[in-house]
Amino acid sequence: MAAPGRALRYVAVRPGLAIGLSIVAILAMGAILAPLLAPFPGDAGNDTNLLATLQPPGGVHPLGTDLAGRDVWSRILFGVRISVGVSVVIIVAALAVGVPVGLFAGAAGGALDALLMRIVDIFLAFPSLLLALAIAATLGPSMEHAAIAIVVSWWPWYARLMRGEAAAIRGRAYVEAARLLGIAPWRVTLRHILPNAIGPVIVQSSLDLGGVILTFAALSFLGLGAQDPTPEWGLMVEQGRTLTSTQPWVALFPGAAIMVAALAFTLLGEGLRERLDPKGVARP
Amino acid sequence: MRRILVRRGLQSLLVALGVGLLAFLITRLLPGDAAATWAGPRASAEELARVRLQLGLDRPLPEQAFRYITDLVSGNWGISIHTRQPVLSDVAGRFMTSLELVTIALLIAALIGIPLGVLAARWKGRPPDWFAGLTSSVLASVPIFWLGLLLQLLIATELKWLPVAGRWDRTLNEVAVAATRTHMVLVDALFAGNGALFVSGLSHLVMPALVIAAYPIGLFARLTRAGLLETMGEEHVRMARATGYTERAIIWRFALRPSMGPVLSALALVFGFALGNTFLVENLFNFQGLGSYAVDSIAALDAPAIAGTTIFVALAYLAANLVVDLARPVMDPRLRDAGR
Repeated sequence: MAAPGRALRYVAVRPGLAIGLSIVAILAMGAILAPLLAPFPGDAGNDTNLLATLQPPGGVHPLGTDLAGRDVWSRILFGVRISVGVSVVIIVAALAVGVPVGLFAGAAGGALDALLMRIVDIFLAFPSLLLALAIAATLGPSMEHAAIAIVVSWWPWYARLMRGEAAAIRGRAYVEAARLLGIAPWRVTLRHILPNAIGPVIVQSSLDLGGVILTFAALSFLGLGAQDPTPEWGLMVEQGRTLTSTQPWVALFPGAAIMVAALAFTLLGEGLRERLDPKGVARP
Repeated sequence: MRRILVRRGLQSLLVALGVGLLAFLITRLLPGDAAATWAGPRASAEELARVRLQLGLDRPLPEQAFRYITDLVSGNWGISIHTRQPVLSDVAGRFMTSLELVTIALLIAALIGIPLGVLAARWKGRPPDWFAGLTSSVLASVPIFWLGLLLQLLIATELKWLPVAGRWDRTLNEVAVAATRTHMVLVDALFAGNGALFVSGLSHLVMPALVIAAYPIGLFARLTRAGLLETMGEEHVRMARATGYTERAIIWRFALRPSMGPVLSALALVFGFALGNTFLVENLFNFQGLGSYAVDSIAALDAPAIAGTTIFVALAYLAANLVVDLARPVMDPRLRDAGR
């Protein structure tokens, strides 16, 4: 029965993982239970209440109301589904592109590997926010386009990381042994290389989720992502931007929500990496 | 050394070519009609056809790509729709303005981040270390456009310590416009020998620079801590310790410099990241740099300007990577002998 004690001691020394995990759990609950928890669920949709615009926090509106009289708290709650939910989908999609490309390149080696990695280099030559911005601007403003733009600018990171891991494992004796046994190359790749190479990629992706949340909110803030009345946090900050000196709650609370969510995934990712990969390298 | 230079130079050229091709693909292959964007929303069918012919959109794609690249190389980056100026000169000027902002931001980040990392390494596993760790996690998670609003509210509107927005005091407008040579207000003020403009420019730069510095502060702290912890176990540090130097002297005189490798190699990455973040910050502060230019271009659906900004930043980022790669052996003698 030493395990619970050890876990507790770990939490006491490195509280980041536990705190991150707890906030993520709360966010997940918020997203699921939003219709029950939100005092004005309709305000996250098309409802407006022009008789109660810009109400300060308090009473029935714990975080006040915005320019259209919508309850800020309700919109933040439903916003978890958008700001965090879409970011999760973006990361999964980026993994779904980057992991196979990197695995293929790393397992194959040779000219194909070199070619794929040069293509990856070209994508990585753009700062990721910039590439996402350029693509979203070209596609036109919408939430789907912003999500696609972020996927296009993030997958190369996973391709490169996955390729490095796969290439390192390709030379191991057990992979060599499997190959010598006459097992088909695709089978060796999927059964022996993939499971052993994917760990660091998964850890990195949980660390990156914070960055994707920030990027997605940033695109919406610039008008290239979610559109009104979608309760996206970055968009809500934009809508309250000109009101900060008079009605600060309209912009400040949604912005704080972005920070809390991003911080939760950062802490979670850092904690995971410390546990699984103590020598990992940092990158934005 | 020369071989490395040539190899890295050629590699960068190839990537630069790829950057141009990718930009071409983004502007031409994605849904949306380049001719329609060029001609504007109210263009007639004949106008559209004319623009299409003029842009060479009737030609096969490889030929279009070739023309696009040769135009880029010869400095013909098109005309911006919203400023009606050549994109390259627009972008180059605005870039200098943002470069000044980003430079100040990275200076602030180094001045805060590196000591924070030293503090964390010195008191590893103790409260100062926790504080530094939490600070860098929070700074990595804060949406900077929101941080900008928050600082404006607190530091400018409430405390009135710094100006809310702009690049200099409006009373200095004539001097500032007359001094415009480098697009950098501090440099221009120095050239003109105008102290008032310099002080005003600096006070306007501090807040946006602080916002852009948020993430780099945390990253520098983290990298300094990791580098220092590794160096502290090395021979020359143990030697210094055996000689009886105080811990503080050991860190600052012997251990810090060889620990800066990770910070230096991250410099190009942070530069690109900071440049991207000017897109989110400059408009808040009414700061007429590359970021606000790009945002205005996006709002005006100004395709040549958007593509030009993207390519320019990617090339600047590429150049920064090259400089950092080549500067590292100069800064760290241990890397010179390491045959790569």
